[in-house]
Amino acid sequence: MRLSRRTLLAATAAAAAQPAFRARAQDAGTIRIGVLNDQSGPYRDTGGLTSVICCKQAVSEFAAQGFKVDVIMADHQNKPDVGAGIARQWYDRDGVDMILDVPTSSVGLAVGAVAKEKNKAYINVGAATTDLTGKQCAPCIVHWSYDTYMLAKSTGGATVRSGGTSWYFVTADYVFGHQLQRDATHFVEAAGGKVLGSSAYPFPGTSDFSSFLLQAQASGAKVLGLCNAGADTVNSIKQAKEFGVNMRLAAMLMFITDVNALGLQTAQGLTLTESFYWDLNDRTRAFTNRVRPKTPNNWPNMIHAGCYAATLHFLKAVQALGVAEAKRSGTAIVERMKAMPTNDDCFGKAHIREDGLLIVPSYLFQVKTPAESHGKWDYYKTLSVTPADQAWRPLAEGGCYFVKS
Amino acid sequence: MVTIFGKPLILLYGQLTLGLINGAFYALLSLGLAVIFGLLNIINFTHGALFMLGAFTTWALLNYAGIGYWPSLILAPIIIGALGLVIERVLIKRIAGLDHLYGLLLTFGLSLIIEGLMRNRFGSSGVPYEIPSVLQGATNLGFMVLPRYRAWVVVAAVVMCFFTWLLIEKTRLGATLRAATENAPLVQAFGVNVPRLVTLTYGGGVALAAFAGVLAAPMNSVNPNMGSNLIVVVFAVVVIGGMGSILGSILTGFGLGIIEGLTKVYYPEGSATVIFVVMALVLLLRPAGLFGRAT
Repeated sequence: MRLSRRTLLAATAAAAAQPAFRARAQDAGTIRIGVLNDQSGPYRDTGGLTSVICCKQAVSEFAAQGFKVDVIMADHQNKPDVGAGIARQWYDRDGVDMILDVPTSSVGLAVGAVAKEKNKAYINVGAATTDLTGKQCAPCIVHWSYDTYMLAKSTGGATVRSGGTSWYFVTADYVFGHQLQRDATHFVEAAGGKVLGSSAYPFPGTSDFSSFLLQAQASGAKVLGLCNAGADTVNSIKQAKEFGVNMRLAAMLMFITDVNALGLQTAQGLTLTESFYWDLNDRTRAFTNRVRPKTPNNWPNMIHAGCYAATLHFLKAVQALGVAEAKRSGTAIVERMKAMPTNDDCFGKAHIREDGLLIVPSYLFQVKTPAESHGKWDYYKTLSVTPADQAWRPLAEGGCYFVKS
Repeated sequence: MVTIFGKPLILLYGQLTLGLINGAFYALLSLGLAVIFGLLNIINFTHGALFMLGAFTTWALLNYAGIGYWPSLILAPIIIGALGLVIERVLIKRIAGLDHLYGLLLTFGLSLIIEGLMRNRFGSSGVPYEIPSVLQGATNLGFMVLPRYRAWVVVAAVVMCFFTWLLIEKTRLGATLRAATENAPLVQAFGVNVPRLVTLTYGGGVALAAFAGVLAAPMNSVNPNMGSNLIVVVFAVVVIGGMGSILGSILTGFGLGIIEGLTKVYYPEGSATVIFVVMALVLLLRPAGLFGRAT
């Protein structure tokens, strides 16, 4: 057999890299964070690389003493089996101590099951499902930034109060869409409104929504509730405008990144809910100015801010608990996170509740008109604020097994 | 109110019209694929990516050069068509005559690279593109509000399909093309430059994809994934119509658009699957496709 020089070099390099990586993975003095999200599909801009950048920002600002912090990332392609597979490999083989972000509720829950089985820390920021702190909760899980209940209460409640009493939902046909619709229905009916109908469309892979928009129009409802996210929301709104759908639009989940993709001309006047906006106060502006040079085309939304804040709080807890204990038990580290109040530039002072939910205020924003906007990404004005103690699902209603009632 | 299977007739009219509009897109995209497959024997998986590049070129022409929609309708297909010529000359030519699988892998890989590069540069949420001012607004047809732009899309697609069909089936150039498919060495012996003909055909097919991309830009979000969502459906259309059959692709495109539209009324969850159910049935009953010739 003849070996070319190139093959030989490649083989040597591979052999040299292998033990080095293993040794690093098992390094007792290193805390490894794995950012797992959509890096190539519809949720890439709402999470994606900007989440990784914000996580790394927290690591560099924290300046850990006595231990090293290492951040790795992967693309779960919005597929639960892919996500769970990576999580398993990370926890088992690659020495990952905490998995961060994980948008797409179906994937978020699948990774939650793995974290619970392995007793490893898992901070979900990107997924909306309330089950992470409810039926499928675990003592090693924290849920940051937002969930379907908080969105539905803020956007749904406000819309009914201002006259939008009859609704038609266009819903992404998977766990997130259905939960959002269920929660929104709850608040619409509680406020005296009615739901006249809904269409569930296949996710992912739908780009033409005109058919569902016409059905919504034909139902005679006043409000069109969009229970979807990302590019789907953008397409629905764009096409609703094109088809002259004369209903009020309630985008149940929408990020500033989506507003940017729509353009203010189309997005103006929409109401939506986030728990973070870069221009809220001096601290949020300071944070944004620090990360912006690293992600110039994609400014942080509440998921990105959550990845920053969650990483910061996690590292504080590791420091307090000691690296050895933090690496041993995900539950121990999460319990310490719950015991310490949070304080960061994005969400200010807050705390993590017994079931793992971060308790912060939610903001109802309205998208500015092109004339009101004075610069890049100057998109929101605040309509109302739901105080932290009222924004989230009451602890007793979640059905989390380890919460003492 | 008149109803059919519990749905008001008026709603069905609307859905049929929408199906026709989507069908126009399927027809236009599958037409390009069919032309390329029929004459080059290449399963062109880059088609979706080139469709997306067509839409992005339209956006770039407006934002970097101030060139509006109407000139883009001609310019973008020329630019992307030229890119197609380069792709054919540099890459596809080298695998001519090999098994289909090579062409499929090459073009699939190429589309992943193109989409990846575009995602890196533009992100996944896309860029906005406004409908040209002449075509803004909508007409009330009584049973539905038809946006003027969508009506234009159907007209443009039908005209484009008709001329492509005319070119290939009824002109001397088309006859030469078809002859070259049947027996390339013989046609070459008559003094026709077959390799150049093949390159130009690929460029033409790609230009059709880019043309569809320009039409799509104001309707859908212009994002790097817009092609990959569509391409699988379009392949199903080509298979159902009969690989390489021009007329088959056009008729099947419209037909399936309508079937999909109706599914969205009665069982929306199944609207992404129905086309593949039809495909499976057609392959079982007529393996060469509805309009294909058994070989």
